[in-house]
Amino acid sequence: MSDKPVTFTIDGVEITAKAGQTILQAADDAGIYIPRLCYHPSLPPGGHCRLCTVKINGRPASSCTFPADEGLVVENDTEELNDHRRRIVEMLFVEGNHYCPTCEHSGNCELQAMAYRLGLLAPTLPYFRCERELDASHKDVYVDRDRCILCGRCARASREVDHKVVFGFEGRGVHKRISVDAPHNLGETNLAAADKAAEVCPTGCIMLKRKGFAIPVGQRKYDHEPIGSEIERSRSAK
Amino acid sequence: MAKPLVATGHFTGCFGCHMSILDIDERILDLVELVEFDKSPINDIKRFSRPVDIGLVEGGVSNDENVEFLRMFRENCKILIALGACAVTGGVPSIRNTVPLRECLQEAFIDGPTVVDGKIPDDPDIPILLDKVYPCHEVVKIDYFLPGCPPSADVIWAALTALLSGKPLDLPYEMVKYD
Repeated sequence: MSDKPVTFTIDGVEITAKAGQTILQAADDAGIYIPRLCYHPSLPPGGHCRLCTVKINGRPASSCTFPADEGLVVENDTEELNDHRRRIVEMLFVEGNHYCPTCEHSGNCELQAMAYRLGLLAPTLPYFRCERELDASHKDVYVDRDRCILCGRCARASREVDHKVVFGFEGRGVHKRISVDAPHNLGETNLAAADKAAEVCPTGCIMLKRKGFAIPVGQRKYDHEPIGSEIERSRSAK
Repeated sequence: MAKPLVATGHFTGCFGCHMSILDIDERILDLVELVEFDKSPINDIKRFSRPVDIGLVEGGVSNDENVEFLRMFRENCKILIALGACAVTGGVPSIRNTVPLRECLQEAFIDGPTVVDGKIPDDPDIPILLDKVYPCHEVVKIDYFLPGCPPSADVIWAALTALLSGKPLDLPYEMVKYD
């Protein structure tokens, strides 16, 4: 890979990417928002959630893992791709147990905000209603697996930033879940409240205790503008 | 021309969505000019006397009576709207869905710490609980969804006035909330 900047287009807009950037990173810098859930700017990309899937020269690929390259033609904000994204979010809602009215992360939740942005009023698929385990054994942090979307941000943050291995995955299919690196529960791990792993959860799954409902309704992150507005604002300011 | 008819129904919810209907405040005077209310807990009319134009249903479906009345709404309403988190997703009552029904009843009526001489109610007049709490659209076809716990009076007003004037239901970002 050369270290020269490359130029390509997203939805017909010409964009220059720095050497080594992914399509999603270059889009962010250019003020174009590509919807995403498992991606976090301070972590290596996971490519799990597929929400950031765009069409690159006509073929679908996750923009968080795909390197920007000279002359690529990328489609992002199209009806077809947004329909797929809405369906992915819908599946996340029916596979988990997301009780927004009682959740302390409501209003600041990226899953909920993504559903708002994509215009999801109600799921069209039946709910799974699976039993998922709550782990409140740690003194400062709890894990409510009802709200987990298996994005893996916590596992990546623990490994890459905290240099621990507190979180990981176990199981397959509907039994897949976030596991903790201890014989029984989170309280036996070396997780600290200040760890990156305790901060990066997009939903209300990994939460700090004694912090719930701190921000009043009306002042929460996504109360007034859709997720991605910050990125899109940087474009209109240019 | 006769005014359009509106009916409202209440299933497994907390009546918060009906409170939110009343929360349109003085606009209720405009609403009375616009529509006539048929079956509703607000006027205590129990049965449909004729088919209505718009039905608003609050609450999820947790027992046999809910199923019967929701089907009655579907048969009698040209447009049926699921109003609020419980009607749209099952909501707070659906938290019981991950626990088997027998365990729920056992805990509530026999093993609970404040229960004295417990017995699971079995009076024939009490509706029979379903295995789970279902959102309305898993039982009948629903035409429109207004999420929120409760949906704000502004959402209800915007939806009703749009549908009554035949305009598309296009809700602004800030009006759609799941909580």
